Amino acid sequence: MHRYILRRLLLMLPTFLGVAMLVFLLMRVIPGDIVELRFAEGQFFNKDLVAKERTRLGLDRPVWRQFIAWVWGIVRLDFGLSMWSGQPIAHEIAIRLQLSLQLAVMATVVAVFLAIPLGTLAALKQDTWVDYTIRIFSIAGLATPSFWLGMLMFLVFLIVFKWIPPMVFVPLWENPIANLSQMLWPALAVGYRYSAVSTRMTRSAMLEVLREDYIRTARAKGLWTRLVVRRHALKNAVLPVLTVIGLEFAFLMGGLVVTEQVFNLNGLGLLFVQSVARRDYTLVQALVLLVACVYIVVNFFVDLLYAWLDPRIRY
Amino acid sequence: MRVPNSLDPIAQEPRDAVFTHWRRAVVRFVRQRPLGAAGAGIIVLMILCALCAPRLTPYDPLEIDFAAQLTPPNAQHWLGTDAFGRDLLSRLMYGSRTALLVGFVSAFFGASLGAIVGVASAYFGGRIDLMMQRVVDIFLAFPIIILALAVVSILGTGVGNVIMAIMIPMIPNCARVVRSSALAVRAMPYVDAARAAGFGPWRIIFRHMLPNVMAPYLIMLTAYVGQAILLEASLSFLGLGVAEPTPAWGLMLRGAAAEFAESAPWMAIFPGLAISLGVFAFNLFGDSLRDTLDPKLRTL
Repeated sequence: MHRYILRRLLLMLPTFLGVAMLVFLLMRVIPGDIVELRFAEGQFFNKDLVAKERTRLGLDRPVWRQFIAWVWGIVRLDFGLSMWSGQPIAHEIAIRLQLSLQLAVMATVVAVFLAIPLGTLAALKQDTWVDYTIRIFSIAGLATPSFWLGMLMFLVFLIVFKWIPPMVFVPLWENPIANLSQMLWPALAVGYRYSAVSTRMTRSAMLEVLREDYIRTARAKGLWTRLVVRRHALKNAVLPVLTVIGLEFAFLMGGLVVTEQVFNLNGLGLLFVQSVARRDYTLVQALVLLVACVYIVVNFFVDLLYAWLDPRIRY
Repeated sequence: MRVPNSLDPIAQEPRDAVFTHWRRAVVRFVRQRPLGAAGAGIIVLMILCALCAPRLTPYDPLEIDFAAQLTPPNAQHWLGTDAFGRDLLSRLMYGSRTALLVGFVSAFFGASLGAIVGVASAYFGGRIDLMMQRVVDIFLAFPIIILALAVVSILGTGVGNVIMAIMIPMIPNCARVVRSSALAVRAMPYVDAARAAGFGPWRIIFRHMLPNVMAPYLIMLTAYVGQAILLEASLSFLGLGVAEPTPAWGLMLRGAAAEFAESAPWMAIFPGLAISLGVFAFNLFGDSLRDTLDPKLRTL
C-alpha cells in the first residue's frame, strides 16, 4: 500500500510538468501578447514603450528561459504577478476562489441529493415507468445546457415573480440570505446537470450489486428490503459513484465558464476567459495549474478512498 | 452464353440473410429499448431536417426583414422572428446543419483517433504504454474549455476550427476507455497467432484488434456526438464558435436573445429547446446502444 501511494505520488510529477509545459506553449502560440494588445494599437503606438514593457514583463527572453524561471517560481510557491493588473496571482485567484468553491460545493450537494435516491429507485424499479421517468429526467439534465437553464430561470423570475436575484457577491458569513438568494440558482442549474451522470452511475452500479449472492442471502434471511438496500447494496454500489462525484467536483472548479457568464458571477471561469483574451500569461498558467492540481489530487484521494472502503482492492 | 444458373441462389442468399439479420436486430432493438428507438427517431428527423432544409424552410434564414422585427409566434412565423426580423424556424432548421456537421465530424475523428491511440497503447505495452498514458493524463487534467479557448484563439473562429477545438480533448478520453478493452483483446490467442504469422504491428492493430473493440468505440462515438453539439453551442454562445450570420443554435441564444428575453422570450426558448432535444436524442440512443452492446462499459 505504501509503495502504491509512493508510486502514485511520483507519477503525478510528470503529469504536472506536462500540464505546465502544455499551457505555457499554448499561450505563446496564440497570436499577440499582452504588450501588443495594450500599446501597439492606434496612435499610442510607441516602439520604445513596447520594447520597455516587454523587458519589464520578461517577454523578451527566450521562451525556454521564461519557462524555467516560471517553474522555479512555482517550486518556491511564488506564482508571480498578474501581467494585466500587476496584482499578485494568489490575490487575484483568492478573491474568485471563494465564489467558485462555494458554487462547486453547493452544486455537488445538489447533485448527490438528487443522484443517490433517484439512481437507487431507478435500479430497484428497473424497466418500469418509474425507471423510465428517472432515466429521461437524468438524460434530459445531461442534454440541457446549464446556460440555457439559467436563462429560463431568469425569465421565470422576471415574468412571473418580477424579481431578479442579486448581482453582487456577498460572502456567506456576512449575509447568508443575500448570498444564498444569488448562489442557489446557479447551484441548482449546475447541480441538476451534474446529477445526471451520477444518477446513471448509481443506477448501473446498483443493478450490478443487486444481482450479487449476498443480497439474495440477506433477503432470504428475511431482512427488510429497506435494510438490505441501505446497508448491503448501497454501501457497495456507492464506490464508482464516488469517482464520478470526485472528478465532477474537479471540473466544477474551473469549467463553469458559460454558466458564470449567464448568472453574472465573477468566478474562476470568467477569470479564465478574461485572462486568455488579455493574454495574461502568468494568470492563465496559474489557473490551469490550479485546476489540474485539483483534478490530480482528487483523483488520487478517490483511489485511496476506494482501497479504504473496499478491502477487496489490493495494490 | 449461358451463365450457370446454380450459382445465382448462392450469390443471392447471403445478401438476403444479411438483410433479414439487420432487420431483425432493428426490430429487436425497438422492442427491447423503446427509449433508444425514440432517440433514434429524433436523430433521423433531425438529419432529414438538415438535408432538406432549403425545401422545407418557409424563409431564407439570412433574410433580414426590419418590418417583422421581434414578431411573436404567429401564422406567418411559427416560432416568431429575431431582432433582425429573421424567421426563427428557418434559422433553427438551418442550425441543425451546423450542429450535426460539427457533432458528427468531431465525434468521428475524435473517437476514431482515440481508438487507434488506445489500441496502439495496449498493443505495444511496456514503456510506450506508460508514456502514452502519461500524455493522456496530461490532457485529462487539462481543463477542456481552456483547450478549446486556446485552439479557437490560435486558429480563429469558424466551423472547421470549432471542430478541431472540440475534437482534440475527445482523443485522450476515448483512448483511455478503448485501451482498457483493448488490453483484454491483446491477451487473445488470435493476436499471438497473427504475430506468429509474421504480421507487422500496424496490420495487427488495424485488422485484428480494432474490429474487436467496436463496441466501446461505437458507444463513445454516439456519446460524443451529443457532447460535441453541446460544446459547440456553448462555444458559439461565448462568441468563440461559429460566427454570425451562420445559423447556429448556441449563437442564436447569444446577445439579443438575452437582451430581449423579457419582451421576446421565444428567442431564448426555442433555440435552447433545439439544443436540448438534439443532445437528448443522441444520449438516449447512446445509452440504449451501450445497454445492448456492452452493459459494463462506463462512459461519461
